[in-house]
Amino acid sequence: MAAGAALITFDKVWKSYGQGEAKVHALAGVDLAIRRGEFVAIMGPSGSGKSTAMNIIGCLDTPTAGTYSFMGIDAGRLDRNRRAMLRNLYVGFVFQGYNLLARTTAAENVELPLIYRGVAARDRRDLAMQALSQVGLVGREHHTPAELSGGQQQRVAIARAIVTRPTLLVADEPTGNLDTARTHEIMELLTQLNTELGLTIAMVTHEADVAGYAERTIRFLDGHVASDSMKLETA
Amino acid sequence: MIWETVRLSLRSIRRNVLRSFLTLLGIVIGVAAVIAMLTIGSGTTEKVKADISKLGSNLLVVRSGRPAGPGGPGGLDQVVRPLAEKDLAALVAHLTGARAISPASQKQVRVIFGTESLTSGVTGTDSAYLDARDWKLVSGRPFSDSETRSGTGVCLIGETVRQQFFGAGDPEGEFIRVNRTSCKIIGLLEPKGYTGFGQDQDNVVLMPLHAYQRRIAGNRDIDNIYIAADDRTPTSELQPRVEDILRDIRRVTPDRESDFAIRDMTQIADAMASATTTMTGMLGAVAGVSLLVGGIGIMNIMLVSVTERTREIGIRLAIGAHEKHILIQFLVEATVLSLLGGIIGILIGLALAGLAAVTLTIPFAPSPAVILLAVGFSALIGMVFGFFPALRGARLDPIDALRHE
Ligand SMILES: Nc1ncnc2c1ncn2[C@@H]1O[C@H](COP(=O)(O)OP(=O)(O)O)[C@@H](O)[C@H]1O
Ligand SMILES: [Mg+2]
Repeated sequence: MAAGAALITFDKVWKSYGQGEAKVHALAGVDLAIRRGEFVAIMGPSGSGKSTAMNIIGCLDTPTAGTYSFMGIDAGRLDRNRRAMLRNLYVGFVFQGYNLLARTTAAENVELPLIYRGVAARDRRDLAMQALSQVGLVGREHHTPAELSGGQQQRVAIARAIVTRPTLLVADEPTGNLDTARTHEIMELLTQLNTELGLTIAMVTHEADVAGYAERTIRFLDGHVASDSMKLETA
Repeated sequence: MIWETVRLSLRSIRRNVLRSFLTLLGIVIGVAAVIAMLTIGSGTTEKVKADISKLGSNLLVVRSGRPAGPGGPGGLDQVVRPLAEKDLAALVAHLTGARAISPASQKQVRVIFGTESLTSGVTGTDSAYLDARDWKLVSGRPFSDSETRSGTGVCLIGETVRQQFFGAGDPEGEFIRVNRTSCKIIGLLEPKGYTGFGQDQDNVVLMPLHAYQRRIAGNRDIDNIYIAADDRTPTSELQPRVEDILRDIRRVTPDRESDFAIRDMTQIADAMASATTTMTGMLGAVAGVSLLVGGIGIMNIMLVSVTERTREIGIRLAIGAHEKHILIQFLVEATVLSLLGGIIGILIGLALAGLAAVTLTIPFAPSPAVILLAVGFSALIGMVFGFFPALRGARLDPIDALRHE
C-alpha cells in the first residue's frame, strides 16, 4: 500500500506520571511519524509505553511535554471535547477486551458512534448494516455480545470502529483474547481494510506473526523507540 | 437525540426493576401523600364552603359569657349570666332587619326506641328554628305555637336517628324516649350529611324549648339565640343592633364589656376553612421531607449506576461522546426514574383521596394544577438530585474509565 503524507507526528513526546522520586516516564522523548495509509505494528515488552503511545495517537490522552500533531492539528493541546470530536470524526478504536455495550445488539453497538455524530436513525441503521457486512457478520445484527463468540465480538467492535469511515484505526492488542485461527481471520480483515479502504492502522501486539501482517514494525523499550523497520517484501 | 436518550434510560430502568422500584418508593410515598392530602384538603374546603352556604351566610349566634379577650372590670369572679327568655323577647320585639329569631339549648343525650339506643344532639327550640337555620322538613310538620309555649313532648328527628330506629319505616307518630321523658315524633328533617370535620348533622332531635328545659336541662337557660338576617341586611349591620338591645335589656353599664358574645357564622366557617388549610400545609411539610428522602435515594442510585457503568461511559467517551452527552444521558435517566415515581405516586394519591371522599362523604376534588405541579416537581427532583452523579460520570477520564473492571 502506497503511503502518503504524515498523518501522525510525535515530536519529543514525553508522558510522565507521579511526582518527584516516584515519577515514571511512560514515554521519554519519542519522535515518530506515521503516514496516511500505513499499517504499523507496535511491539515491545510490557510497560514499555505502547498503550500510552496509542492513547496519545488516538487523541484519548495528551503528552506531558513535546508536540503531538494529528492531521496537522496540534491535538495534544486541544481540550477534552475537541479531542472527542476528533475521535468521533477520524479515529476508530479496537480494544483487546472488545468493549462492546452489554445487553445491546450488535447493530446498536455499531450505531453508537453515529448517534454522537447526529446521524438520523434510518441512516444509522443502513450504515451499521453496511459495516457489519464488511466484517462478515450479516445475520448476527440482533445478537447481543453474550450471544456471540470472541472472534464475532471483535468483528462487531471493528464494524463499530469503521462505521464512521475513519482515517485512523487504533488497535491495542486486538487479537490478545483470541485463538490462533480467529487471530488470523481478524488480521486478514484488518489487512483488507488497510488495502481496500486505505485505512491507516496502528496496532499493538506481542506476537511476531501478528506483527507480520503489518508493513512496518516499531519496537518500544522503556519509553523510547528502540527500532523502526519496514517489512522486507519478498516478491 | 433526546428521545433516544429517554428510550435508553427506560431500558436501563427496566433492567433493574426491583432496584428502581425500591429507589422510587420515597418519591412515590411523598407524591402520593401530597396528592392525597391536597385533594382531601380541597374536598374538605369545598365541603366547609358548602356548609357555610347551608348555614346561610347571614346568621348571627348569641351566647352568654364575655367574648374572648382580657377581662374588663369585675373580671373573673363575676358569675356568667345565662341568656334568658326576656332577652329573646326583647330581640323579637325590637330588632329590625331579622328574618327569624330562635332560641336553642343543646345537649348530647341518650335517645331510646324499643331496645335500640343512640346518643344524639338534642336541641330545645321553637318553630322559628327551621327558618333561622334554613332547615327543611321531608315529612310531618313543625311545632305549633301552642306546643312551643306549653312544652308538649313532641319532636322532629334527623335522618340518622330515623335509620337507627326505624330502618326504612315511617317514624311519624312513634314515641321515643329522650333521657327519661317520652316524646312523639311529628316530623323528619331533610338529610344534611357530615360537616367538613366529620360531625353528623343528621344525628339530631329537636323538641320545644320548654319541654327541653323542664325535662332534660332542668333549668330555664337559653344556650344560644340564632338570628337570621333578612335579604336586605348584612350581618355586620345587624350585629351592633343586637348588641345594643341585649346590653339594654341585660342592664350592662357603658363602662363594662358585654356579658354575651355575638358570633357571625360566616367568620366561624372561614376560620374552619383556614384551619383545614393549616392542617393541609403541615401534612404537606411532612410529605416534603419524604420527597427529600426520595431525592437522596435517586442520587444514591444514580451514583451506583454511574459506577457500575464506568466502562460503558469510557466506551462512549472513546468513540466520541462529549461530556454533555454523558451528562444528559444520566440526567434524563434520573428524571425519567423520578417522573415514573411521581406518576405512580399521583395515581396512588388520587386513589387514596377517592377512598377518603367516599368514607368521609366529602367531594372528590382533584386539582389539575396540583397534579401538574407534582409531575413537574418530581421531574425537578430527578434533575436536581441526578445532576451531581451525572456530572461525575461526564467528568470521568476515558482512559481510566476503560480500564475500570
Ligand atoms: N495512569 C497511570 N498512572 C501511573 N503510571 C502509569 C499510568 N499508565 C501507565 N503508567 C505506567 O507507564 C508505563 C507504560 O505503561 P503502558 O503504556 O501501559 O505500557 P505497555 O502498554 O507497553 O505495557 C508503565 O510503567 C506503567 O506503569
Ligand atoms: Mg498495554
